[in-house]
Amino acid sequence: MLEIKKRYVVPGDVIIEGNYRPLMNVIKKDNFIIATRIGIAESSKDGIKVIPLSGVYIPRINDIVIGKIVDNSSLSWEVDINACFSAHLPAQDVFGRDFSPAKDDMKKRLAPGDLVTARIITFDRTRDPMLTIQEKDLGKISNGEFLKISSTRVPRLIGKRGSMIQTIEQATQTRILIGQNGILVVTGKNDEGIALAFKAIKLVEEEAHTSNLTQKVKDLLNVSEEITQTETNNSSVNNEDYVNNSSNTDNNSSNMGNDHSSNINTESPKEAQPN
Amino acid sequence: MDQTILIDKNGKRTDGRSIDDLRDVKITIGVLKNADGSASIEFGKNKIIVAVYGPREVHPKHMALPDRCVLRCRYHMSPFSTDTRKNPAPSRREVEISKVMREALEPAIMLEDYPRAAIDVFVEVLQADGGSRCAGIAAASVALADAGVNMRDLVAACAAGKVNDKIVLDINDIEDRRISRYARCIFTKS
Repeated sequence: MLEIKKRYVVPGDVIIEGNYRPLMNVIKKDNFIIATRIGIAESSKDGIKVIPLSGVYIPRINDIVIGKIVDNSSLSWEVDINACFSAHLPAQDVFGRDFSPAKDDMKKRLAPGDLVTARIITFDRTRDPMLTIQEKDLGKISNGEFLKISSTRVPRLIGKRGSMIQTIEQATQTRILIGQNGILVVTGKNDEGIALAFKAIKLVEEEAHTSNLTQKVKDLLNVSEEITQTETNNSSVNNEDYVNNSSNTDNNSSNMGNDHSSNINTESPKEAQPN
Repeated sequence: MDQTILIDKNGKRTDGRSIDDLRDVKITIGVLKNADGSASIEFGKNKIIVAVYGPREVHPKHMALPDRCVLRCRYHMSPFSTDTRKNPAPSRREVEISKVMREALEPAIMLEDYPRAAIDVFVEVLQADGGSRCAGIAAASVALADAGVNMRDLVAACAAGKVNDKIVLDINDIEDRRISRYARCIFTKS
């Protein structure tokens, strides 16, 4: 089933003829597999899929997203998650079950304009997505620099088992929070590091579809000596893990989001780090 | 009556094409930074720019459909796009073409993938030279693909007319004014 190597397609392109299973962004018509998005066609054991190169974020259950509080009603907050639907964060989720709209001041906990990391708990075609922040590493984001990228670039930015984002974080001394919806928050000790991280992220966004991207990012960040560290993680595994555990907890949670996503990185996308 | 010869004795038209030749086409994508998808097309002397926004929330909310996406199209000719200044207010013709374009694009888009959302397509004609709606449809389908909307196929369109009992494809402005019958066809593969 490896007849098609990676190939660029546009909507309506016939990817392959034969009895294959359509997986993602493809339709089956008669005996043809036809692409429905601009992207890279790929075949795997399970079937044929197209990895999209453009598009807005469509919420999925279990995605970790970063959203902005827009408004609140008496029972829930309205959160802008950069998608075609605004999400709802129920007040009980923050105040606990004994929440009373008369007693608790919702604006004190989360005011309009605040950023939150949240997980989508329910979403279907009939109702707007519902969020939760009652988990480890979720909740209000206190500080950082805000950045928006296309949500189709998020898996590439994380990289295989988080390799790309770790490279950027280590080289620039920053922490990067990633939402599956393409919203990032970068925090760091100094402004130069943050500016450099921004540059690297922009590079990944612009050239996400090119090969050898990790090398380009490393060239930009001047991390020749660190290449060996991140790629052969085993030699320095203890040291690296220690660093990750102490400083990158939020990053792990956002990588977790990647597990449930489209997984542009086909090889073992599971986040293996113990936390 | 204008006495221009539309087809000369060699079978060539006013701009040197034969009856079934298309004009030169050039399509560029991603011309607008703030749109979700965009394209510009040069179809002969037509110059058209298309912006696609969405899928996004529907405003006003009551327009939203529970089972599928709303597609909204706006075809507009700039005041400077024609020989004499065109009033920028939407004319009857533009309202009709907007509807025709919407109906041409709807079957190609998988609207059922985005329930309760809307996709907005804005087609702005910067320079008109006959067949601008067909060029607009082609550009709109490319812009939709650029926006990452799920589509069954790209859409192509071409005008046709009858000159001296001969069917002529892709009519330009001069022919458009003199033509006896006129039809536009819209194609998809599937």
